[in-house]
Amino acid sequence: MIKRILSRSYLGVLLIMLYAPILIIIIFSFTESKVLGNWTGFSFKLYTSIFKSGVHHSLSNALWNTLIIGLISAFASMILGTMAAIGIYNLRPRARKTVQLLNTIPILNPDIITAISLFLLFISLGFSQGYTTVILAHITFCTPYVVLSVLPRLRRMNENLYEAALDLGATPFYALRKIMLPELKPGMISGFILAFTLSIDDFVVTLFTIGNQGLETLSTYIYADARKGGLTPELRPLSAIIFITVLVLLLFINQRSVKKKR
Amino acid sequence: MQRNLKSFIGLRRNWSIPYLLFLALFVLIPLGLIVYYAFTSHDGAFTLTNFRKFWMHPEAMNTFIFSIGIALITTVLCLILGYPAAYILSRMESQNAQILVLLFILPMWVNFLIRTLATVALFDFLSLPLGKGSLIFGMVYNFLPFMIYPIYNILQKTDSNLIEAAQDLGANPRQVFLKTILPLSAPGISSGIMMVFMPVISTFAIAELLTINNIKLFGTTLQENIYNGMWNYGAALSLVMLLLIGLTSLLNNEGTANDSAEGGLI
Repeated sequence: MIKRILSRSYLGVLLIMLYAPILIIIIFSFTESKVLGNWTGFSFKLYTSIFKSGVHHSLSNALWNTLIIGLISAFASMILGTMAAIGIYNLRPRARKTVQLLNTIPILNPDIITAISLFLLFISLGFSQGYTTVILAHITFCTPYVVLSVLPRLRRMNENLYEAALDLGATPFYALRKIMLPELKPGMISGFILAFTLSIDDFVVTLFTIGNQGLETLSTYIYADARKGGLTPELRPLSAIIFITVLVLLLFINQRSVKKKR
Repeated sequence: MQRNLKSFIGLRRNWSIPYLLFLALFVLIPLGLIVYYAFTSHDGAFTLTNFRKFWMHPEAMNTFIFSIGIALITTVLCLILGYPAAYILSRMESQNAQILVLLFILPMWVNFLIRTLATVALFDFLSLPLGKGSLIFGMVYNFLPFMIYPIYNILQKTDSNLIEAAQDLGANPRQVFLKTILPLSAPGISSGIMMVFMPVISTFAIAELLTINNIKLFGTTLQENIYNGMWNYGAALSLVMLLLIGLTSLLNNEGTANDSAEGGLI
C-alpha cells in the first residue's frame, strides 16, 4: 500500500514538473501583460485579438503556413511511405534489409544534420528556397515514420486474400483498393498523424530550408520573436488552444479505443 | 509498352522504387554533399583546412566538449528520473497506464520553443537565475518523455512469468531487478539513451533561450557558420557531429545488440 502511494506520488511529481511550464502559459494567457510572468488582471483580450483579422497578420499567416505545410507533407508522406512499405515488404530479404536500413537514416539523423545537408542540396541545385523546399524537406523526415507504421500492418495481413482476389479476376488496382487498403488504413492514419505532428513541430529543418523571402511558420515566427526579446502575447492563448485541443482529441481517441476493446 | 508498364507496376516490389529515388536524392546525396563540402575549400579544391581550423579553434572545440558534457548529464538525469516512472507505469493496470503514458507524451505536442520559453518563465516566476541549472532543467524537461516511452514500451511487453520465475527460484527483489528486469529492459534503455543524447547534442536555440544567450551549444556553432556563408567549415563541423553520433550509436549497439528498431514513438 505504502509502495503504491509512493510510486503514485512519484509519477505525480514528475507530471507536475512536466506541466508546470504549460500551466504557466495557460494561466498567463488570461492577462494582457506583455511579459510572461507578469499578472495585470484577468482578461480575455488576447483570445479575442488572435481572431481579429489584421491585428497580428504575420502570426495568423504563420499559423496558416504551418497547417498547410503540415497537411501537404503529411499527405505526401503517407502516399509515398505506404507505397514504399508495400514495395519493401515484397522485396527479397537481403534487399529488404538494405532498404529498411536506408529508411532509418533520416530518423537517426539529428535535425540539424538533415537541415544542413538539405540546405547544401538546395543551394547546389540552385533551387530558390520557399514553400516547395520546406515541404520536400518535411516529406524527407516524415516518410520513414509512415513506412514504419505501415509495415507491421502488412506483416499481419493475410497474403492469400490479395492473391485470392486476383485469382477471382480482380484487377491489381481493384484488389489494392478493396483488400489491401482497408487492412493498411490504421497504419496509414497513424503514420499521417505522426507525420503531421512532426511537421508542425519542426523548427530546425524548416529554418534552414525556408529561405529569406519572408515565408514563416509558427516555429520560425516564435524563434524570431524570442530573439527580439519578448514573446508576442497572442502566442500564449494560441498555445493554450493548441494544447487543450490536442489534449481533448487524444483523450477522446484513447477513450474510443478502450471502448472498442471491451 | 503499356503492357510492360502494367507488369512493372504489377510487381509489387517495384513500388519501393519511387521512395528509393527519393531517398537517394534527399538523403544520400545531401549527406554526400556534407562530406564533399567538408573536404573542399571555397573554390572546390581538396583540403583538410576545415578540420584543422576546428582543431585549432579553441572556442569551437570548447563548445563541442561542453555540449557533450551537457548531453551526458541530461541523458543520465533522464534515465534516473525516467526509469522508475516507466517501471511504475508498466506495472499498472493497462487502462490507467494508457492515460498516464498519454499525459507524459502530451507536452511534446506543444511546440518546443514555446515549452522552452515557458521554462524560462517558470524560472523567472520562481526568481531562480538562468544559467547552467535552467539549461539542464530545460533539457531534461524537453527530453524526459523520450526516455520514458521506449523503456515503458519494452517493460510492458516483458513476460511477467520470467519475473515470477526469478522470485520462485528465491531471488530477492534486488536480485530480481538487477538480474531479470534490468537486462530485459536493456533495448528500451538503449533506444532511450539514443533518443535523448542525440537530440541534446545537436539542439540549437534551446540553450540560448534558456540562458539568455550566455551559453551556446555545438548545434548553434554549426548554424552560425552555415548562416554566415562558411559552408565548408560548417560542413566539416557537421561531419564531426555525425562521427560522434555514429560512434555513440555503435557503442550503444555493442551493449545491447537489438535489431527491432520498429514501433518507435506512439
